[in-house]
Amino acid sequence: MFDVEKIRADFPILSRQVNGKPLVYLDNGASAQKPQVVIDAITQAYAQEYSNVHRGLHYLSNLATEKYESVRGVIARFLGAAQDDDIVLNTGSTMGINTVAYGWAMPNLQAGDEIILSVMEHHANIVPWHFLRERQGVVIKWVDIDETGHLDPQAVIDAIGPKTKLIAVTHMSNVLGSRVDVTSICAAARERGVAVLVDGSQAAVHGPVNVRDIGCDFYAITGHKLYGPSGSGAIYIHPDRQAEMIPFVGGGDMIKEVHKDTVIYNDAPMMFEAGTPGIVQTIGLGVALEYMMQIGMENIAAHENSLRDYTVEKLRGLNFVTVQGTTADKGAIFSFTLDGAGHAHDISTILDKRGVAVRAGQHCAGPLLDHLGLTATCRASMGMYNTKSDIDTFIDALHLAHELLG
Amino acid sequence: MATQNFEDIVDDFEFMDDWEDRYRYVIEMGKAMDPLDDAFRVDANKVHGCASQVWLQTYTDAGVFRFDGDSDALIVRGLIAVLRALYNDVPVDQVADVDAPAELARLGLNDHLSSQRSNGVRAMVERIRSVAAQA
Repeated sequence: MFDVEKIRADFPILSRQVNGKPLVYLDNGASAQKPQVVIDAITQAYAQEYSNVHRGLHYLSNLATEKYESVRGVIARFLGAAQDDDIVLNTGSTMGINTVAYGWAMPNLQAGDEIILSVMEHHANIVPWHFLRERQGVVIKWVDIDETGHLDPQAVIDAIGPKTKLIAVTHMSNVLGSRVDVTSICAAARERGVAVLVDGSQAAVHGPVNVRDIGCDFYAITGHKLYGPSGSGAIYIHPDRQAEMIPFVGGGDMIKEVHKDTVIYNDAPMMFEAGTPGIVQTIGLGVALEYMMQIGMENIAAHENSLRDYTVEKLRGLNFVTVQGTTADKGAIFSFTLDGAGHAHDISTILDKRGVAVRAGQHCAGPLLDHLGLTATCRASMGMYNTKSDIDTFIDALHLAHELLG
Repeated sequence: MATQNFEDIVDDFEFMDDWEDRYRYVIEMGKAMDPLDDAFRVDANKVHGCASQVWLQTYTDAGVFRFDGDSDALIVRGLIAVLRALYNDVPVDQVADVDAPAELARLGLNDHLSSQRSNGVRAMVERIRSVAAQA
């Protein structure tokens, strides 16, 4: 039984005020708030269970290692991975995608090879591929969305040519909320020997994910959007792709032996986890994912879909708002502009005075904003703890913004 | 005591109880301000550290400081208008004496001056002070 009030009570920050008003937090696409169990886990880890991992033989080191390593299994379960070792722990999707760019794409792609991107990718899934374009002559092919924000999987498949080596695509747009049929893309790509990286930064927050059902090669997630600590995250890497990779970041923990003239790397996934990791952050992420799974990803999705439908209905009544992204099955992410006067920053400033936190700007999606012909939008993005009352406050604040700015 | 233009704003603000009226006033000031000529919307006049685009064109005339400005955000335009009331026609050698945080606090607008805020009021004030110091 999904009880949003019970969930809200788990998040201490939701009971605070902002600018004298109860906080209405609608900036979940940027980062989500943390439940008390995660905050407690962080405190507990530092207060009672802290040491470096994978190194010492002493009690605390073993304890911290056990706690830290157990998260690999939690993430594997969360993503439906076949085995724990398919999970590389890191600081988030940016690190995950860079690991693929440096560790897999750079050694395996030649000048003239192609990477296919959708026009609605986040900069984290664009800039690492620009590195390959700049440094080794890899060609980036862009696939457009339609006017509703839908990415036709067939358009991605049709873009595959003899030189295509990788498709890097989001599972859910951080600006439009559009969901992408990555399963169809992966099936067609596999037949043609093309690898697929799915950016799950948003999608994994809002519903169940199963990487084996999707059939992807890489699936990146970010802990701080998953109600976990900042600086935590992971990427799923199919074992066949792990075997094709070279290490990206060098340092301790990713090696078996180091000598003056030779170095023997650790096995994957440790090979991709150099240096002391975010131990406590990762432990916190494990607790956050357990918390989500206990509530149930299907339940979270159903709740957020009802919030989405409610918001669509409410926004439809405002003739001064233009929403970007209108697919029926989108996530509860609403980018919008006010017709006439009013910059996105004006709108967010006024909403903030009403206690409503939204994001304003480009949302790290420059090519998409160019495609839409916009310089900035406001974005309201919902999470499992948002309510219809939050949406009502948001809509009221939009009326005020329109009145003040119009 | 700041400039008469600024004191007039302070007087008006005294009759406003809530932030909505104050924002409405600031926004109206921004709307009433003449747009900056396109010739002055150049990189050299751009103030960085603002989330929206901001341009300031400064002048010194007979020992008096003046500036015009513009932004693509309405609230920021209004804040530029407030800053013009605060700084325009101040003798150049007295610009450094203007305590912008304290003056804006009289309007309840000082929260716009924090360095973490991306509206750029702080960056604008720094630009004004540095131009005046070099004049």
